[in-house]
Amino acid sequence: MNIVLAFSILILIAIAIWQVTKIFELSQGKKIYTQIADDNDNNWNGKLMFAFLIFIYGITIFSFVSYGDVLLPQAASEHGSDYDNLMWVSFAIIFFVQTITQALLHYFSYKYRGEKGKRALFYADNDKLEAIWTIIPVIVLAGLILVGLYTWTDIMTVEENDDALVVELYAQQFNWKARYAGDDGVLGDANVRFLQDFDGKNLVGIDATDPNGFDDVVVQELHLPVGREVIFKMRSQDVLHSAYMPFFRAQMNCVPGMITEFAFTPNKTTEEMRQDPDIISKVKKINKLRAEKSKELILNGDVALDPYEFDFLLLCNKICGASHYNMQMKIIVESKEEYAKWMSEQQTFAEVIQ
Amino acid sequence: MSIAVAHTEEDHGHHHKETFVTKYIFSQDHKMISKQYLITGLFMGIIGIAMSLLFRLQLAWPEQPFGIFEVLLGKWAPDGVMDPNVYLALVTIHGTIMVFFVLTAGLSGTFSNLLIPLQIGARDMASGLLNMISFWLFFLSSVIMVMSLFVEAGPAAAGWTIYPPLSALPQAQPGSGTGMTLWLVSMAIFIASSLLGSLNYIVTVINLRTKGMTMTRLPLTIWAFFVTAIIGVVSFPVLLSAALLLIMDRSFGTSFFLSDIFIQGEVLHYQGGSPVLYEHLFWFLGHPEVYIVLLPALGITSEIIATNARKPIFGYRAMVASILAIAFLSTIVWGHHMFISGMNPFLGSVFTFTTLLIAIPSAVKAFNYITTLWKGNLQLNPAMLFSIGLVSTFITGGLTGIILGDSTLDINVHDTYFVVAHFHLVMGISALYGLFAGVYHWFPKMFGRMMNKNMGYFHFWVTAICAYGVFFPMHFIGMAGLPRRYYTNTAFPYFDDLADINVLITVFALVAGLAQLVFLYNFIHSMFYGKETVQNPWRSNTLEWTAPIEHFHGNWQGEIPHVHRWAYDYSKPGHKEDFMPQNIPLQKGEEELQH
Repeated sequence: MNIVLAFSILILIAIAIWQVTKIFELSQGKKIYTQIADDNDNNWNGKLMFAFLIFIYGITIFSFVSYGDVLLPQAASEHGSDYDNLMWVSFAIIFFVQTITQALLHYFSYKYRGEKGKRALFYADNDKLEAIWTIIPVIVLAGLILVGLYTWTDIMTVEENDDALVVELYAQQFNWKARYAGDDGVLGDANVRFLQDFDGKNLVGIDATDPNGFDDVVVQELHLPVGREVIFKMRSQDVLHSAYMPFFRAQMNCVPGMITEFAFTPNKTTEEMRQDPDIISKVKKINKLRAEKSKELILNGDVALDPYEFDFLLLCNKICGASHYNMQMKIIVESKEEYAKWMSEQQTFAEVIQ
Repeated sequence: MSIAVAHTEEDHGHHHKETFVTKYIFSQDHKMISKQYLITGLFMGIIGIAMSLLFRLQLAWPEQPFGIFEVLLGKWAPDGVMDPNVYLALVTIHGTIMVFFVLTAGLSGTFSNLLIPLQIGARDMASGLLNMISFWLFFLSSVIMVMSLFVEAGPAAAGWTIYPPLSALPQAQPGSGTGMTLWLVSMAIFIASSLLGSLNYIVTVINLRTKGMTMTRLPLTIWAFFVTAIIGVVSFPVLLSAALLLIMDRSFGTSFFLSDIFIQGEVLHYQGGSPVLYEHLFWFLGHPEVYIVLLPALGITSEIIATNARKPIFGYRAMVASILAIAFLSTIVWGHHMFISGMNPFLGSVFTFTTLLIAIPSAVKAFNYITTLWKGNLQLNPAMLFSIGLVSTFITGGLTGIILGDSTLDINVHDTYFVVAHFHLVMGISALYGLFAGVYHWFPKMFGRMMNKNMGYFHFWVTAICAYGVFFPMHFIGMAGLPRRYYTNTAFPYFDDLADINVLITVFALVAGLAQLVFLYNFIHSMFYGKETVQNPWRSNTLEWTAPIEHFHGNWQGEIPHVHRWAYDYSKPGHKEDFMPQNIPLQKGEEELQH
């Protein structure tokens, strides 16, 4: 890969040098030479404009063919399909407009390239035409806004209910913790003032005077039961962070001094995702890349990379300092039974501080 | 104001004794100040672009040693491997320099100064003294910003938006110490400079137009600069207040933006503040800032496209109306940067609505540009190529705004590389093209010489290909879910298959960076050895080309030309020439276009 790259850079530099020398030759030519475009310049630049249109289409097609498989990871939450539909509809509109307008822009630049003696058309106004291309965007955007707002309200309305699982996501430089509300379904009060209580065992600063907090469970790996709504309450202890869970189409900032919310219902378990054909081929591709890299590493006397296995991710997506790029937590979505079993193995806050 | 005009009109002819210092350094002549802005802006641009190349190297070949890192970054790149803190500092200062110092001061400062007096027919800005102070404040803020690169713990590293608490707490990262203090001081001075400049532009356009230059005869460049200045006056003070409050929080123990913080094993005393408040204050400038950067570029493009298409700009009234609409809307959309900040989701709905409305005037502008090209006689000068290029990147980048402006879709692409690709195309590259177009077009006016066109063509085509090469694939890694401002994505094996795209992007970026050297060479070489220009090389209608090539304070020898027509009488039937400068009276029986 690096060789190919070095080679292409060399070629590009060579082309650059060739072009620059050509420029010098031209600029030292004997013919009367001004710095204003003449027919010759208009001609070749006009043609390049057309070539550029083909380049834009080309890079679009190339990107979709080569990188199309990385677009939008598989959705694993109930609102995920609504999100994806809206995304693809918007994309279709964008590509339609992009294809047409770029074609017109570059084709006109080519078609009407200047020529001595030609005269442009004096055409300054056409109210009807302008009304048309004002009204069409109005209609299209009105549609997008309506659907968008409907979906937005749907996703963002968090209604407290007894069936939902309440989980606190707790951010700090540079790791995540999760706190489950326990049997009572209510998170105990918490504040950073209590972080130093109990010799630092109070990892998220639970207020020990609030009885709701004793059955709370604090963990470093997020487990979620499939098919049950999860209401996340986000907190941060130091700077802004953002809890970003791309597979669930979920993101919310964690803000020191306030509690933010986001809710979704996971509808695929980690195991189901691992069986998904798209994920299988992606994992295969990644492992091939990692195997190649490992070979290089071993040659240099380094440790080989671990093979990759699919897992849901929680990433930090708000700049938070030096290790921002590595602030992550594993999310495991599993059946209700597996979840219940895992939960029964965890220590409650009361047990931790004993 | 009329007194001032009368005074300068009496004064012409007498040559003021100008010393080296009053002519080249503390000059009050708008043309000299414009050159000072341009050259300072270009210098800052070199720093900003060079930084982007450094962090692109790190992104393509993460944690690999590079000799250049050792040379340029010294102790911040032990054994040539870039430190994560330095990576964050580089993206922060790159953003700050490009947005404020290059595309605000470098673009607006240069062309508003050069063109407002010349195109409206004034001898100078309303206040030459304020104008001079404005430049020197900008220069001072540039010096402080560059100085901040050399402090012990490194420059500011909290992202160009410097959200607290990260930016407020020196404990949070090394860059939040002295580097951040200098950043804030530099920006406060920059804002003062920008406000003085904007006030001057507004007053000049309102009061000093020559006889016959009605508002509806103003070239679109002036409309764009005028409205940009108004946006600046409305929104920059809000950023100043945010910066001052942040300084208070940092140095005087107040809690405007901070509350309930535990850091480095210590509970801090801050109570009751909110970082979200800072976000509101910042983006109340931050979003209009996009248009402060973009509108002048669009104004320049309007002028250059009409001149080089040898056609009137299509839909002058609609162009003015869309500038005004964009300006108005730009002040009520800031919340679309904050859909997932924790603010009330209902606000998100409101901001989605206002944001998507902006697409309408933007679409009108794009279609009007395209129609202006239709059946033209296009003179494809380098300036024209950059203008057409601007329309192209403006469309490509603008369209993805429909996704980001939609609060629902923003959830999953917020703060990913999708955003980076979007705003670089729509405001970064577009505005940079506007700057280049302006330089190629008005270089003869500024320096009395022409730039080499072949180097200009080379510069355009390489830059145009690389701009798409860099930012088009970037949408894909964003859609894949890769967050921006990550030092490396090797911590997530899931993103391993994006490594190839990152290498491709970096190669294009490096080539683009090299191509800018051709421009720099062309610029400096042409300044001294370029071919001497004729008075009106592009056969343009606007007033600046009726002024003599040689510069002197006062712009026109003798009386200021009067204006008899709009700026876009290109290829008008009934005239032999395909252009009719604004100072040529209407012929007998000729009708002025009702626009």
